Amino acid sequence: MSLDKEKIKHVAKLARISVDEAKVDSLTKDLNSIFKFIEQLNELNTDKVEPLTSILNQSLRSRKDEISDGKIREKILKNSPKKNEEFFVVPKVVE
Amino acid sequence: MSKEKFDYFVEGDKGKYEVVIGLEVHAQVLSNSKLFSGSSTKFGADPNKQVSLIDSAFPGMLPVINEECVKQAVRTGLGLNAKINNFSVFDRKNYFYADLPQGYQISQYKKPIVGEGKVLLDMPYGSKEIGIERLHLEQDAGKSIHDMDPSNTYVDLNRSGIALMEIVSKPDLRSPDEVNAYIKKLRTIMRYLGTCDGNMQEGSLRADVNVSVRKVGDKKFGTRCEIKNVNSIKFMQMAIEYEANRQVELLEEGKEIDQETRLFDTKKNETRSMRSKEDAHDYRYFPDPDLLPLKLEQKLIDDLKKSLPELPDNKKERFTQEYELNSYEANVLVSEKEISDYYEEVAKLSDKKLAATWMMGDLFAMLNDKGLNISNSPISAKNFAELVQSIKSGEISGRIAKEVFEIMVESGDNPKKIIESKGMKQQSDPKELEKMINEILSKNKDKIDQYKAGKEKLFGFFVGQVMKLSGGKANPQLTNEILKKLLKG
Repeated sequence: MSLDKEKIKHVAKLARISVDEAKVDSLTKDLNSIFKFIEQLNELNTDKVEPLTSILNQSLRSRKDEISDGKIREKILKNSPKKNEEFFVVPKVVE
Repeated sequence: MSKEKFDYFVEGDKGKYEVVIGLEVHAQVLSNSKLFSGSSTKFGADPNKQVSLIDSAFPGMLPVINEECVKQAVRTGLGLNAKINNFSVFDRKNYFYADLPQGYQISQYKKPIVGEGKVLLDMPYGSKEIGIERLHLEQDAGKSIHDMDPSNTYVDLNRSGIALMEIVSKPDLRSPDEVNAYIKKLRTIMRYLGTCDGNMQEGSLRADVNVSVRKVGDKKFGTRCEIKNVNSIKFMQMAIEYEANRQVELLEEGKEIDQETRLFDTKKNETRSMRSKEDAHDYRYFPDPDLLPLKLEQKLIDDLKKSLPELPDNKKERFTQEYELNSYEANVLVSEKEISDYYEEVAKLSDKKLAATWMMGDLFAMLNDKGLNISNSPISAKNFAELVQSIKSGEISGRIAKEVFEIMVESGDNPKKIIESKGMKQQSDPKELEKMINEILSKNKDKIDQYKAGKEKLFGFFVGQVMKLSGGKANPQLTNEILKKLLKG
């Protein structure tokens, strides 16, 4: 797999990371060499191996269906750049 | 009963088109707390009062799954005759939106908790099976409010993190009517199971609708468009109708259909492209590193299966046999669990056929009129049964029963008490009736002669007089019999 400049810009846009146009070239080069390194793994035949989702041989921990949280609106809103007494306030999102 | 033929096609100049529909239904799980946090799920709270640090995605917070939400998904899967997967995985579905603070939705992608199943629909042209592709668990997003401020959007995260079941159908639906029947059936099944309240006004049940068209006889599916987040059956039907016609028009003009996400504008009654979602399908799913795979013991699944209530299809079958109802009556009476419970209580205490007739007639009409449902009916099942029994035993006539019914609605009183106190009991004593009829006959000797001379419609006059004298309480059948006998003599 290799990445071209357009792909880099697209991924950056999806991740909401602003990438300086001047840096796109060097970024592309860096990422491609990282991919090349990782791609060595493809030399192994993994046809009969289930993808590993976790290295812990444990089952998912669960909790009871009880209300134990919430009612902390002030705390929740505290770090918001823009807010009023009840809501987070964000720039108009129009559909 | 003769069966109608399926008949929903879009006619174009170049041929007849079939409409292919698949639904992704989002059903909010009934639980006290959210899927991965302990915040309440109750609808209608003050904004942002039911939000934890997890729901608002503060750094370092870890999700812990609610075991009841898992059980609810398994119950629903069993109710859909589906395969339950003992091993499923939670993935991150990445996208940016103001009401999704994590920047990703925790969902299930490659390994959902529930696999293939099926749902049976009763259509006028026979029963039809709709395939279920899968059911998976995921988080609901928060709510964006656009109309409180001209230049800003307000975000309420109370809904953020509530468990959703996404139920994906196979593309087996072929008309707006089938979509209506399918949604109602899903809703009924989930309400029986107690896994989703199915309240579309409150957004507990919403759907994305996939629509494509193809010429009748074509084997290959056409290119589909997805209409996002439609929250009423009526709007779904309108959106499908519009979208199918739009696609046929494009094809007839020799144009291609773009696979895209569209929005249904309820004011203009049309669908339009959602350009903002251009990148939306690039979700970059990957397993959520915060959550281990979900492993279900077979015993848990078996136990849940044993504890399921009787489901609508089975109940319908039982109602047609045990209570000798026809398919239509049984369908109506099992449509809501509460209705079926009410009916069974009434049927057991009175007459099964008469109970069905009176429930589906007068009782439903009254509830509908008053905007009530069976759970808050002013007439209890016990009182309603007594009323039906009074009709059955001949204690009151059907006409009087309607009067008693009205009084029961107003007062909530027991029908026996009403009949007693208002003296509404039907006169069914043959001796009393005979006495009354003789009294009338003796006053109308001239009319008897006319009747005997062939003016037979005078019979109605005599019946009328008896009713007048008895204040409407004479048993009509007995009156007819006795009158005939006496007039002959």
